[in-house]
Parts: sequence; structure tokens; C-alpha cells
Amino acid sequence: MRTIEGKIVVLGAQGVGKTSMVLRYIGKMFSHHISPTIGASFFTCKLTVQDTRVKLQVWDTAGQERFRSMAPMYYRNANAALIVFDITQYDTFQAMKDWVKELQRNVLESMVLSVVGNKTDLESQRKVTREEAMQYADSIGGSYFESSALHDEGIEDVFLSTAIGLIRLSQDSLCSSLRIYDSSDPSSPVSNAGVGQLCDGDTSREGQTQYSLQTSSLAHGEVERSPVCC
Amino acid sequence: MASKGLCEEHNVTETEEPYVAPDFEPGASLESMLVTTDSLEELEQEMDSSFDERQMKESTTSTISEIQEEINDTTVPDDSSSDQDNKLIENDEVEELGSQLSETSLTSNEDCNAAATPVGSLTEEEGCQNPDWKERKKHVFILSAAGKPIYSRWYGNEDKLVTIFGVMQALVSVVQTNQDTIRSIHAGNSKFVFLIKGPIILVSVSRTTESVSQLVLQLTYVYNQIVSVLTSSQLNRIYEQRRNYDLRRLLAGAERLIDHLLNFMEKEPAFLLGAVKCLPLTPSVRDSITQTIIQTCGKIKNLVFAILLANNQLITLVRMKKYFIHPVDLHLIFNLVNSSESFKAAESWTPICLPKFDSSGFLHGHVSYLSDDCEACLLLLTVDRDVFFTLSEAKQKIVEKLRHGNCLEAINESVNRAGYTASQVGVPEMRHFLYKCMSTAQFWSPALEPPYHVTEESERLLGLYQALHHRLHAASRPLKLLHQQLDKETLLGWITSGFELYVAFEPLVTKHSATNAVNKLLRWIKKEEDRLFILNAPTF
Repeated sequence: MRTIEGKIVVLGAQGVGKTSMVLRYIGKMFSHHISPTIGASFFTCKLTVQDTRVKLQVWDTAGQERFRSMAPMYYRNANAALIVFDITQYDTFQAMKDWVKELQRNVLESMVLSVVGNKTDLESQRKVTREEAMQYADSIGGSYFESSALHDEGIEDVFLSTAIGLIRLSQDSLCSSLRIYDSSDPSSPVSNAGVGQLCDGDTSREGQTQYSLQTSSLAHGEVERSPVCC
Repeated sequence: MASKGLCEEHNVTETEEPYVAPDFEPGASLESMLVTTDSLEELEQEMDSSFDERQMKESTTSTISEIQEEINDTTVPDDSSSDQDNKLIENDEVEELGSQLSETSLTSNEDCNAAATPVGSLTEEEGCQNPDWKERKKHVFILSAAGKPIYSRWYGNEDKLVTIFGVMQALVSVVQTNQDTIRSIHAGNSKFVFLIKGPIILVSVSRTTESVSQLVLQLTYVYNQIVSVLTSSQLNRIYEQRRNYDLRRLLAGAERLIDHLLNFMEKEPAFLLGAVKCLPLTPSVRDSITQTIIQTCGKIKNLVFAILLANNQLITLVRMKKYFIHPVDLHLIFNLVNSSESFKAAESWTPICLPKFDSSGFLHGHVSYLSDDCEACLLLLTVDRDVFFTLSEAKQKIVEKLRHGNCLEAINESVNRAGYTASQVGVPEMRHFLYKCMSTAQFWSPALEPPYHVTEESERLLGLYQALHHRLHAASRPLKLLHQQLDKETLLGWITSGFELYVAFEPLVTKHSATNAVNKLLRWIKKEEDRLFILNAPTF
């Protein structure tokens, strides 16, 4: 079985629900009492899509302005980015665009870009329309998702489609920082890892999920868009 | 027996010192991992030295760059490329921050204009009519030298307090025009205490019994908390570029650290004593935890401190040779860990500035709880921003070894046990005490038992200790020993060159029996010292 290992960075303004999303996906829980992230938190998770095992190293970054200058440390050598905004706060949508611009300026390698509008549970207070966000995601060659970390809606899709994007990226073999393991012997990785991908840090907080491409919930039209490089 | 005072009048007497051998200092050690200068003394010195002097001192000695340089000296040429990489990024950062600042200046001006007219009229109505707000015993306000609101305790939106901030800024600047500095205003039961730290002004308005110097100490902690979040160099640079900058933008999310710190200081004697409490552990267990950390992390370059703590108590601390940690810095770390639930969810890679260690830069901290079944938090602090995975791996190894050696259980056991109680000492008339060992800057106190188990009473007790502490340390007439007979308890305070001791007894305890009790207590602490204190100062 082939294993690929990719680095994902989660970016976005403060309070849009980055940590809640990651915790919902990896920890299968939601807490109303999480405190703002300081710096960044690191998670790992594994999913299997058909015959490929995908290991995700997730960097969940802090949204506060004072951590902005530290972001390069986290998106350097990232293979995918989830850029999150809050559908009820228009300025977080604008901030999301700034993050995309920053990534486009500074990340030279191809990358799976996903734009996520979180907090669909507050539909009545929506300020950013689905169309506008989708159009923007299209314009940067990314995919658009909507999610609710509170109600656990749409979050599996985000990570699954990112994993699929990484598999495609690895097939293009354009990406030198993506780690690809040999099929039979996972203990000796065939690695061409860049800086900052020294080990996979198998932590106790791993989510492991099995997917197959046919049966997965890729019914939404906007999900199945091929990842385009930035 | 001394008779009780008629009303609030306390019967205060200086007593003859109980006899102990001159070198009898339970918990004393020749080596200490903590900086042991007294924080109040330090404060006095700081207040007296001029601001310019301090600036000079700060700018010439950056501990972090010292460590980095040392490491660069010894690195093999291979690493030079990554060094350059780092420098490049740092340059980018500076530019980026610069451009961010110029952007923000525009928006903050707009904010200011928009806010100026309507807010002024709201202020008095909303601020002063809220009865809860007026009832609070202590307020803390932070503003910039230009009068911009930065923080206020108990009040969500500082914009609504804009006139109050204006008055405070005016008071400070009026006194400054006379080449003087405002320290405090006393009006009835209220004290207004000012602390001016470079570009920011901190004000405490208090109706508590705390002394001015104790309030200044608290404000200094609050200032240090801000520095810990931003670094002093960033703080100063921001205001050099934009005098009118709205600092709340950069402190977003950090207000809760200040809130928590202020509450923390109302419960914890550690701040008053300038000392740290250790989690009681059998010496062999503590040693094996320390050795595990040294063995696992000893070869990691650039690692400055490894700190393991649980429940606001220190389990162990391993440090780079030559470098010590100041209790103030450790208190800020305790506050950070305590107020950040998010550390429990995952490993974090967190920038932390330790103001006493080096206020000009960040250390990078790998912060994580040992495991789901052990509430101890491990911080690995380094000057190298690229070693997260090395430290993550080290942490896994440490946990495995500790689990194997049954150390996690031992930690849990000590955390869950209510702790030693004063009654275990075997002096029935003694209710509670604080013992600080000067040579190690560590202190110990038993668990709070009735009548001090309720918040109101425990805060009252801390208030009594504060008053006693203040009386003993009064600059005009410092005392060595004080016996106070109050309505609800008898207090004894005793300061020697080796320790400070504050004891609360039952109300009708005589000087003679208090002296005997203290002797018994000291012998008990001596007997337990290797469990209650860390008596060595381990290094990598």
C-alpha cells in the first residue's frame, strides 16, 4: 500500500473556528470553552482513500494579528492549506483573501487550496453568500466548502477532499516536499522531505478513517474540483 | 496573655526572637535554579533607577541572542544555510510588521474619529451607573501614554470609559510636566496607584488593604504579562512608530491572560512572596523524573529550560548551564498554562517571552500535557524555532519512560491528594502558614482547611498575610518578628536571613506558645524538606 504524508496548514482570522474544525475532525468533539490558540497546535491524522494511506500533519495556527509574522514558519513546505472564514463576519472573508495572497506570494510549490466558510449553524446571520465565496475559490483555483463545527456538518468533506487532492498532487510528481513511502515497507520511507518534516510524530490524538473513492460523500458538485496549484 | 483589642485596634507587639541555630534553614540549598533576589527589593531599585538606564541595560544584554551566538560559534558549517534562511525570514517579518503598522494606522485613525463623538456622552452614563462595576473592590486600567485605552478589568468595552482614561492620562502628564512622576493618590479608603512603564500607563484603583508597593508589584506583573505576549522591543517599536496605536489589536485574545493573572494574584501567595511552590514528591521519584528529562533532552542543542508543572506547582525544572529562571517568569508560565485550555487538546508550538530572562525576544515553547491520564504540563523552551519535531519526539520518549517508571502515577497521586494539612505538623493551635526559603526562592504552605476553605475566608487570610508582609518589610521601619492578636486569629511573622515565615494561629494563642509552635513547625519542615522542596538545580 502506498502511503503519502502531507503537511496541511489551517489559516484564517481569529475566532472563525479553525481549532473547533480540527478538533471536531480529529478529536470527534466540540467544546464551547476552547481558548484562543497561542502560536500553533499540531495534530496528525490518517485516512485511507482506496489503496492509498494518507497521513496528514495538521498545523492549526492562531488567528490573532500578533502571530501573523510567525505564519511563514507553518506554511513553509505545506502541501495543502485550509483557509477558513466565518460566514457571519464579512471582514473574516476579506482576511481570508489576504491569507491567500500571502500564500501565493510565498509558497512556490503546488498546493491544495481549500476555502472553508464555517458556522453554517448561524445561517440566519449569514453575511457572505455561498455564490460569492464559491466564485472567489474558483478564481484562485481552490475548492469551496461550507461547514459547521458545532453541528459536525461538512468537515469530513474538507479533510477528505484535501487528502484526495494530495494524492493527485503526488501522482503529478511535481511536488518535491510531499513525502511518499514505498508500498511494502513503511518503515523505510523513500523520502525527499523538506525542512520541517523531520518525523511524523505519531501522537495519541490520531484520527483514523477509511474511505473509498466510490462510496465517499463526494456528491457535492463543488468538492470534486481538481486541485490547481498556486 | 495580651488582651484583645477593643474594636479593630490590633494588639501588635514585637517579640523576642525564638531561638534557632543560626544556620537552621529548612529547605535551604547551596544551589538554586531560581533567581533569588527579592521581588519587592528589585521593584524598589527599578523604581529608583531612571528609565533611560533601564533601557540601556535591556538593549545591551539580550540573553537569547547570547545563547544563539554561542551556539553559532560551535556549529558546523553545514548549518550556515539555515541560519541565512532564518535571517531572511526575520527581515521579511520586520518589513511585514512595518507595512501592517502603516495599514493599521489608517484604520485606527478612522476608528478614533468615528468613536470620538458618540462615545463621550455614553461614558458617564453607562460606566458609572452600573452598580456592579462600582462595587468592585479593585479595578485595573491600562492605557497608552497618549491616553488610548488598552485594558480595563470588569469592563468589556474600554471605549465607553474614554473619559476616565482621559483623566488618568491627564493626571500622569500634569505631574510629568513638573519633571516628577505620580505614584499614588489616597482618597478615603481608596488608593489610586500609577505605574508608568515606557509607552504605557497602568493604574490600579483599590479599596483593599493592600499596600501601595504591593499594588505596584501587581501592576508590574500585569506589565510583564503584556511583555510576555509582545516582547518589550515590539512594544516600544510600535509606539515609536505610531504614538496613537491601538494596542488592543495586538493584544486580542490576550486579555484573558491579564484577567486570569489578576484573579490568580488574589488567591495565590506566590506572587507576594516572589517564590514558587513545588509539588510534594518522594525525592527518588522527583530525581528519576529529572534524570529522564536530562537523558532524553541532554543532547538537544538550544534547549534552554525544561519545565514540568502540575496544579500550579513545580515538579521539576532543568536548565541550560549558566542560565537561571526568575520566579516572575515562572509565575507568568503558570498563568499561561492555567488559562489556556487549548494546550490540553494538542501539542502546541508557542512563542513565549520571559521578561526577566530576556524581554526583547521570544523563546519557542513546545507545550503539551504528559498524557490524557496525567494533568502535568511539560514545557520545553528553546531559542531555535525549527526544532518542533525534535522536541515532539523527545516528549514522547519522556512520557514512555515516565510511564514505565510509574512516575505518572506518582504525580497523579500527589496532585489528587488534598496535600499536607497544617494539622499534620502536630501543632493543634496552628491553622495555616507560609514558609519561604530565601536561598531557593521556593515556598510551601499547607492545604486550606476550615475556616479558610471558603473563598471569602481564604482571600481574607491572604489579605492578612499581605498586611503582615507589608508591616515586616516597611521601608521606614523593617521588623524581624511580629506577633499580632486579631479578632479572628493570631498572626506571627518572622524574617531571618534564611527564611520568611507567616503563621495563622487560633485567636487566643500567647506569644510563648506561638514561639514554641514555630520551633516545632521548623523542625517538621526540616524533616520533610526533601519532599516539599527541590534541593538541587539540575542542568542539561
